[in-house]
Amino acid sequence: MSTFSLSDAPAGGIARSSGLADKLREVAPGIAAALAWAAFGAACLVREDVGDWSRTTDLAIAAFVIAGLVLVVSVAAAQLGRVGSALRKRSPWLLALGVFFSLWELASAKFAWLPLPFFPPPQAIIEVYTDDLPKLLDSVVASIKLQLGGYVIGAAIGFVTGVSIGWSTRIGYWVHPVLRFIGPVPATAWLPIAFFTFPTSWSASTFLIALATGFPVTVLTWSGVASVPTAYYDVARTLGARPWFLVLKVAIPAALPHVFVGLFMGLGASFAVLVIAEMIGVKAGLGWYLQWAQGWAAYANMYAALLVMSLLCSGAITLLFKTRDRVLVWQKGVVKW
Amino acid sequence: MVAAAEVARAQVPGAAIDIAHVDHAFDIDGAELKVLDDVSLIVEPGEFVALLGPSGCGKSTLLRLIAGLDKPRSGTLREDEVGIRGPHPSRVVVFQDPTLFPWRTVWDNVALGLEAQGILKKQRHRVDAALDLVGLTDFKNAYPHQLSGGMAQRVALARALVNDPKVLVLDEPLGKLDSLTRIAMQAELVALWQRKGFTTLLVTHDVEEALVLANRVIVLSDRPARIKADIVVDRPYPRHRGDPHLADLRRQILGLLGLEATW
Ligand SMILES: Nc1ncnc2c1ncn2[C@@H]1O[C@H](COP(=O)(O)OP(=O)(O)O)[C@@H](O)[C@H]1O
Ligand SMILES: [Mg+2]
Repeated sequence: MSTFSLSDAPAGGIARSSGLADKLREVAPGIAAALAWAAFGAACLVREDVGDWSRTTDLAIAAFVIAGLVLVVSVAAAQLGRVGSALRKRSPWLLALGVFFSLWELASAKFAWLPLPFFPPPQAIIEVYTDDLPKLLDSVVASIKLQLGGYVIGAAIGFVTGVSIGWSTRIGYWVHPVLRFIGPVPATAWLPIAFFTFPTSWSASTFLIALATGFPVTVLTWSGVASVPTAYYDVARTLGARPWFLVLKVAIPAALPHVFVGLFMGLGASFAVLVIAEMIGVKAGLGWYLQWAQGWAAYANMYAALLVMSLLCSGAITLLFKTRDRVLVWQKGVVKW
Repeated sequence: MVAAAEVARAQVPGAAIDIAHVDHAFDIDGAELKVLDDVSLIVEPGEFVALLGPSGCGKSTLLRLIAGLDKPRSGTLREDEVGIRGPHPSRVVVFQDPTLFPWRTVWDNVALGLEAQGILKKQRHRVDAALDLVGLTDFKNAYPHQLSGGMAQRVALARALVNDPKVLVLDEPLGKLDSLTRIAMQAELVALWQRKGFTTLLVTHDVEEALVLANRVIVLSDRPARIKADIVVDRPYPRHRGDPHLADLRRQILGLLGLEATW
């Protein structure tokens, strides 16, 4: 980051040349990334598409705009503060993506090295987002609603159950065998039964998602509460703590790191159930959209939906980790997601 | 010693502890492990009593009974003539490990007792005062993992003192500290005790520490613990480690512990 200034007088000559070299080294990845995106734009225009896609020119323009932005921001990074350094850190990835998109464009739309229609070009996917947006958005909303409802219910019940059996041996006596018997069965195995015992496919799916979430949350919360050192309780008791205080202010906070592991595992398990439930029972949501697209051999739609799904799942996990970082600030060395 | 106790009773809130014929044992794999054998001890209000004994003899067990965390197999324990039935904030324990709650800041750790008793809202100033007492006001927003061992133990001390206990029970609280921190904290402890006048029971395995700090030193036998000797240390504070009278007592105590050869 050395910037040249006249006050570096004694080493002035050296500072000048190494400053320039440094500057070049700093900017080079950004320029390379910009070139890669420009190449992507050029790839879109290099010859006629082998198929009939309407967004090729738009895509080329977008690629050139991105290339321009990357170029400007990386050259002026020092003046742009956080945006500049954020981009600088990501330039190797931007470069790789630009190269990847260029190759993909050439291999699909331009020369059809990849068999069509199984490997649609980028512009076909863009076309889905622009032309099939309402249906896709409806699906996203439906998925989020279903997932959120089931997850919140499952996490809440799992948390309360876990704390109860971790705390009270009497409750544990009754719940533990049930948990051992039912918990390990994949939630999807309940699917056929759930769909004819519940009044609606929506409530059946909510139940399944809650089940998939609840099991890991229960087990991890339980183990968290059970592994609280008795010394913590001794300290609190000598200071005048009553049982409720011990549960709410000692057991639960001490168990929280475990609880978050359970919430994380529950989230992964519930995504799987969500997609299957949507494909089989609920006629809405991204899982159903995927199924529908497959039925029509609309491969571009499948990729588009898959991309949205991965963004949503990743977003949900990011949200969970951010919450955890907030709640567990007192822990040292937490993994950054 | 009677004089010291008299003075203490006049100014303070220290309580008397009466331990009568206490036996205790643990069941380990069906076998009985006898830990305390007919222990009887009367601690006057405001006294500073040190319990000395070999490791594993039952010192911590005795303290847990006094704190009310466990019940003895037989015998009685009383605080100011009232039977000890369970833990009470008038008898606070500082354990060998500070056992701070890692999810609470220093301030919140110190506030624990008042919060548990439901009086924190009106008495927040007591937390600030306790932190000031141990000199950790600047660290009130730190988390335990950011503290050194000595600082963490001072927080544990503040967490106990904020409750204005009548009896302070200390289970080798300085055992894991380096010798410099240890000497500094011994001085702080005596100063606090003199100022506040609570009754203090200190378990230690360090003969010198017992002699520098306590009015009385109780020497315990190997497990099961019996009282071997009850030695009055009638020297004014602050005490000097080189005091020849203390050196005599030290020799005598090491003898009782079967260690005269090492002196
Ligand atoms: N909760 C327990 N269960 C079984 N044995 C115990 C328990 N607590 C202490 N003991 C045993 O009692 C003896 C006395 O322990 P303790 O009072 O901790 O000794 P110390 O004098 O070193 O503080 C030791 O042998 C220890 O193993
Ligand atoms: Mg001990």
